[in-house]
Amino acid sequence: MNGSDTHDDGERRFEAAEYSDGTVTYPPHPVGPDGVERVGTVDLRTYEARVVTWTTSTATPPGVREPNTLAIVEFEMGEGYDGPPVRALGQIAECGDGSGETFDVGIGDAVEPVYAETLREPGAGIREPDSQRWDGFRFRPVE
Amino acid sequence: MERVAIVGASMTRFGQRDAWIRELLAEAGAAALDDAGAAGGDLDHLYVSNMASGEFEGQTGVPNALAHDLAATPAYTARIDQTSSSGGAGIYAAWQSIASGASDLTMLVGGEKMTHRTTAEATDVIASLTHPVEYKHGVTLPSFAGLTARLYLDTYDAPRESLGKVAVKNHRNGVDNPHAQFRKEVDLETVLGSPVVADPLRLYDFCPITDGSAALVFCPASVAEEYVPADDYAVVSGIGGATDTHVVHERADPTTMGGVVDSSTIAYDMAGIGPDDVDVAELHDMFTILEFLQSEDLGFFEKGSGWEAVEAGVTDRDGDLPINTSGGLKSKGHPLGASGVAQAYEIYQQVTGTAGPRQVDADVGLACNVGGFGNCVTTTVLEAAR
Repeated sequence: MNGSDTHDDGERRFEAAEYSDGTVTYPPHPVGPDGVERVGTVDLRTYEARVVTWTTSTATPPGVREPNTLAIVEFEMGEGYDGPPVRALGQIAECGDGSGETFDVGIGDAVEPVYAETLREPGAGIREPDSQRWDGFRFRPVE
Repeated sequence: MERVAIVGASMTRFGQRDAWIRELLAEAGAAALDDAGAAGGDLDHLYVSNMASGEFEGQTGVPNALAHDLAATPAYTARIDQTSSSGGAGIYAAWQSIASGASDLTMLVGGEKMTHRTTAEATDVIASLTHPVEYKHGVTLPSFAGLTARLYLDTYDAPRESLGKVAVKNHRNGVDNPHAQFRKEVDLETVLGSPVVADPLRLYDFCPITDGSAALVFCPASVAEEYVPADDYAVVSGIGGATDTHVVHERADPTTMGGVVDSSTIAYDMAGIGPDDVDVAELHDMFTILEFLQSEDLGFFEKGSGWEAVEAGVTDRDGDLPINTSGGLKSKGHPLGASGVAQAYEIYQQVTGTAGPRQVDADVGLACNVGGFGNCVTTTVLEAAR
C-alpha cells in the first residue's frame, strides 16, 4: 500500500526495493532509477544509518506533533553495494523518559530505525486517510 | 518555429486581498490585455497557472470562468498545475502555443488565493505534493529548506548570517515594488532574531502566504509591432523545463537542484547564451537557501560559493548580477500559481526599461521558477527586442 513500510502479512519490515542492476531505493518504485526491473525487497531494519542532515520544524500541519524533528539518514549498505546512496527521511524518536522530548542528533551520528504505529494523525490533514499508511519508522541514536 | 514575443504584462498587488480567485485572475488578465492593446475576443488560447483553487477555495474550472469573464470565448483554455512552478510551466505552454503556430495570440494568467486559510492549512495543502512516505512524517516544504540549509552551511562552511543577508537584500528591493506584499526593509539582527520555523531557518528566511495574480500576453515576434512599439516588447529567446525526483532524499546531492541545472542548460542552448550573458535574474526564493542553490545550479557561481556572492554584494541591485530586483518571493509574496508569471513580469519590465526605481542595465534577463523542493523547474530567458 501507498507509503507502506510494513509487509502485508503484518510483519514490521522497513521495506526498500532492489532492482536487477543491484540498486536499492527507499521508497520502492515500480522500476529502478535507470528503468530496470524490480527483483526483490530489502529490509532496512538490518542496516545502520547515519544522519545526513536534520531540522526541527515548529510550524507543523494539522495532525503532526509540534515540534517535529526530522532527519534524512543514509544507510550503510556494505562494501558490496555500489549503487546510489540509500536514504530515508523520518522523524526522530522521542526519548521515552516522559518528557516528550526527542533525542538530540547531529550530522554524522549513527541511528537505527524504531517502529511507530502512528506517525501523524490520519484524516487531520488534507490527504485521504485510506489512501496511504500512517505507521512507519522513526530513528534513534545507536547506543 | 515561430519566434515568440511578449507584448503585454501585468500583475495585481500581492498580499492579503479581499478578492477571490476568479476576481484576481480577471484583474490581472484585463490589465495585461489592456497593456497589449488587445481584447479577450482576440485570444486564440488562454491558460491559467494555478496550483490548488479547488483545495483552497472550492472553485475549480478557473480557465473557463476567466474566459467567460473576459469575453474570450471560444478561445481554447487549460489550467496548468505544476505546484509552485505552475507559472513557469504556463509560460512554457504559452510559448509552445505560439511557437508551434497553434495560436496567434495567447494569454497566460497565473493566480492563487491563499490567505483565508490558516498557516497550518496552507502549509498542508502545499505539503500534499509530497510522497506518502514523506507526508506521513509531517514533512513540509519549510522543513525541506531547514534540512537543506543545515547541510549546505555544514558542507560549504558558510556562515548562517549569509542566508539572512538574502532576506535583507530582497526586502530592500521590495520597497520599490508597488505590487509587493512587504515594502519594508529588515535588518540582519531582525532576521537572525526572528522565531525558528525549521532550524536553522527562521521566520524571515521564508516567503509569506499571499493572494495575487499576474498575466502575460504572447504573439509571434513577426507581428509584435501590430500591438506595441518595438521598444515595448520582449522576446522569449530561451526556455527549458525539467523534472527531478519526487522523493527529495533520493537525489544524489541534496544541495544540487538537478531540475535547475537541466532546465537552464536547455534554455541557454536555445538562447545561444551562457550564464555570464545574463544581466538580471529572478530566482525562486521561497526560502533564502533556495537563492544560493539556484544561483549556483544556473551556473552564475561555483557550487558552494553562492553565499560568498551575496556577502560581496554581487547580487545587489547595483551589483554585477542583480538577483530578485522585484523583492523576490521573499518580499513580493508567493501566490503559488502567480509567482512564475510575476517573475517574468519583472524581467519583462527590466528588459523593456520600464522597471522604474528598480531599473538596472539589462538586455538579457532570466527567470527560474521552482515547484516542490526543486521537483519541477522552468527556466526562461527574455531579451529586449530593440
